[in-house]
Amino acid sequence: MSDHDYRPKSKVGQWFNDRLPLLTLANHLTDYPTPKNLNYWWTFGGILTFCLITQIVTGLTLAMHYIAHADMAFESVEHIMRDVNYGWLIRYIHANGASMFFLAVYIHIFRSLFYGSYKSPREIIWILGIIIYLLMMAAAFMGYVLPWGQMSFWGATVITNLFSAIPLVGEGIVTWLWGGYSVDNPTLTRFFTLHYLIPFLILGLVVLHIWALHVPGNNNPVGIDIKKPSKDTVPFHPYIVIKDGFALLMFMIVFAFFVFYAPNILGHADNYIEANPMVTPAHIVPEWYLLPFYAILRSVPDKLLGVVAMLSAILILAVLPWLDTSKIRSAVFRPLYKQFYWILVADVLILGYVGAMPAEGLYLLIARVATAYYFLHFLVILPVLGFKEKTLPVPLSITEPILGGSPNLAAARNNESKIE
Amino acid sequence: MSEKKTKRRDFLFTATTAVGAVGAAAVVWPMIDQMNPDASVKALASTEVDISSLTPGNTLTVLWRGKPVFIRRRTQEEIDEARSVKMEDLIHPEKDEDRAKNPEWLVMLGVCTHLGCVPLNDKGDYNGWFCPCHGSHYDTSGRIRKGPAPWNMEIPKYEFVNANTIKIG
Repeated sequence: MSDHDYRPKSKVGQWFNDRLPLLTLANHLTDYPTPKNLNYWWTFGGILTFCLITQIVTGLTLAMHYIAHADMAFESVEHIMRDVNYGWLIRYIHANGASMFFLAVYIHIFRSLFYGSYKSPREIIWILGIIIYLLMMAAAFMGYVLPWGQMSFWGATVITNLFSAIPLVGEGIVTWLWGGYSVDNPTLTRFFTLHYLIPFLILGLVVLHIWALHVPGNNNPVGIDIKKPSKDTVPFHPYIVIKDGFALLMFMIVFAFFVFYAPNILGHADNYIEANPMVTPAHIVPEWYLLPFYAILRSVPDKLLGVVAMLSAILILAVLPWLDTSKIRSAVFRPLYKQFYWILVADVLILGYVGAMPAEGLYLLIARVATAYYFLHFLVILPVLGFKEKTLPVPLSITEPILGGSPNLAAARNNESKIE
Repeated sequence: MSEKKTKRRDFLFTATTAVGAVGAAAVVWPMIDQMNPDASVKALASTEVDISSLTPGNTLTVLWRGKPVFIRRRTQEEIDEARSVKMEDLIHPEKDEDRAKNPEWLVMLGVCTHLGCVPLNDKGDYNGWFCPCHGSHYDTSGRIRKGPAPWNMEIPKYEFVNANTIKIG
C-alpha cells in the first residue's frame, strides 16, 4: 500500500488533503490490493452494504408517515400502503429488504466458515461481524413489532419474555423493557426509537469491520497469506468494483422478484390482523431468518436452559477463531472439514425447517438431534479436527498452481513455515 | 517531602474519580428508570368485574393491566379433579385450596408462564388450559402439568366486593 506517498495532482487537492486527508483515503480504497482469485462468494460484503443503505433510506421515508402509537400504528401502516404515494413500494422494499439482508448475511457468514476467514489474523473482523449480526437481529425483531399486528404483538411478548428466564431479576427486567405490565404503547414507542437508532450503530460497526479488514487484507479461496501488492493481487478499482457491481445486479433481480411478485410470501397473514392482547394466534412463528435459533429454544424442555442454549448458539460463533484449531484456512485443503462443513449447513437448514413446524412428535425429536449436532460441531468436531485431520498440500501462492513457480517466494516460504 | 506530595495527589485523584462515578451514576439512573412503568400505567392497577351472568363451566376473560385474567366458574367435577391431585405429581406444587379460596371461582392471570402467550380454555391433556405457542398443559386449577412452562398460572390479588362483583388488583 502506497498510502503515505500519495499526493493529489491538483494544487487545491493538495491544499485540502494536507488539512483533511480524505483523498488519501479515497486513493487507498481505489488502489487497495485485492487477491485476484476472489470468487462470487466474496461479493456479498458489497451487497450487504447496499442492503444496509436501502434499509436506512426506505426506513427514513417510512418514518415520515408512520405513527408510533398503539392506537394508530396499525392504521398508519395501512395508510402507507393505500394512501401515501408509492408507500406500498417503499414498505415492500423495506420489509423484503430485511429478508434480503439476512439472506446475504447468511451467505457471507457461511463463506467465512468455508474459507476460514475468521482465523488469525482476522479474528476482530469476525467478532465485529458477529456484533453486527446480533444488532441486525435486534433491529429486525423491533421493526417487525412496529406494524402492531397480531404477530408483532405476540412475537414481542414471547421474545421479551425470554428475559424472564433470568433468575431473581428476570420479571423486573421484563417490566422495565415493557414500561408496563404487558407489551403496550410504551413498548411500541421505545422499540420505534431503538429500531431507528440501531441501523446507524450498524453503519458505524461496518466502518470498523472494513477498517479491520483493510489491515491484513482479504482472505481468498486458497486461504494463504499473499504479498501485497504483487502478481497475486489486483487493485480494488476497477476489478473488484465491476465484479461486485455485476453480483449486485444479479442480487437485485432476486430482490425485485420478491418486492414485485411475492411481497408477502415471507410474512405471516396474521400480521394483517390488528394486535389483540386477549387472543394469541394458534401458531406463533418468527420470521424465517430466526427459525434455526427458535428451533434450538424450543428443543430444550426447560425455560432457562432453552434461552441459554439459544443465546449460546449465537455467541459460540464469537469464540470460533479459538475453537477451530486447524492452521489451514480454506476448506479446499481440508478434506474432512469440507464434509463436516456441509453437514453443518444441512443441520442449520433442518433446524430452520423444524423451527417453522409445531414443537411436537417427530419434529421435536429432529430439533433435539439437530441442536445437539450444532453444538457438537463447534465444541468437539472443530477442536479435534485441527489435530487429527490430514490436510492437502497448500500452494505457495495464488499464481503457483497455474503457472508454476512463485512470484513472491519470500511470502510463500513464510506461509510454508507457518503451516509446519 | 516529595513522597508526601505524591500521597496528596493520589488522594485527590481517588476522591475525584469517586465523586465523578457517583455523579455519573446519579445521571444514569433517571435515564434507566424512565423506562419503568409510569404513573399513568400504575394508575390502572385495579378493575371491578360483574360476574353475575357467568354459569358453571364457563370462563370470563377480562383485561387487567393489559393482560387477560381468566375468571372460571368451575363445575363440581373440575373442583374434584383439581383437589384430588397428589402434590408429588405437580411440577410447581400448590394446593388447589390455596389457589381458589372459594372453590367454585378460579381467578388467575391468563398468561402462560413460559413466554407469555394466552392459553386456550378447555384444552390439553388435563382438561384445563393448553398454550398453543410451545405446548404447555395446565389442569383445572391452572397448574402446569406438562410442557416447558416453569410455574402455575399466577393468581392475582382479588376480592369479592359482593356476591356478583370481583375486584382484581
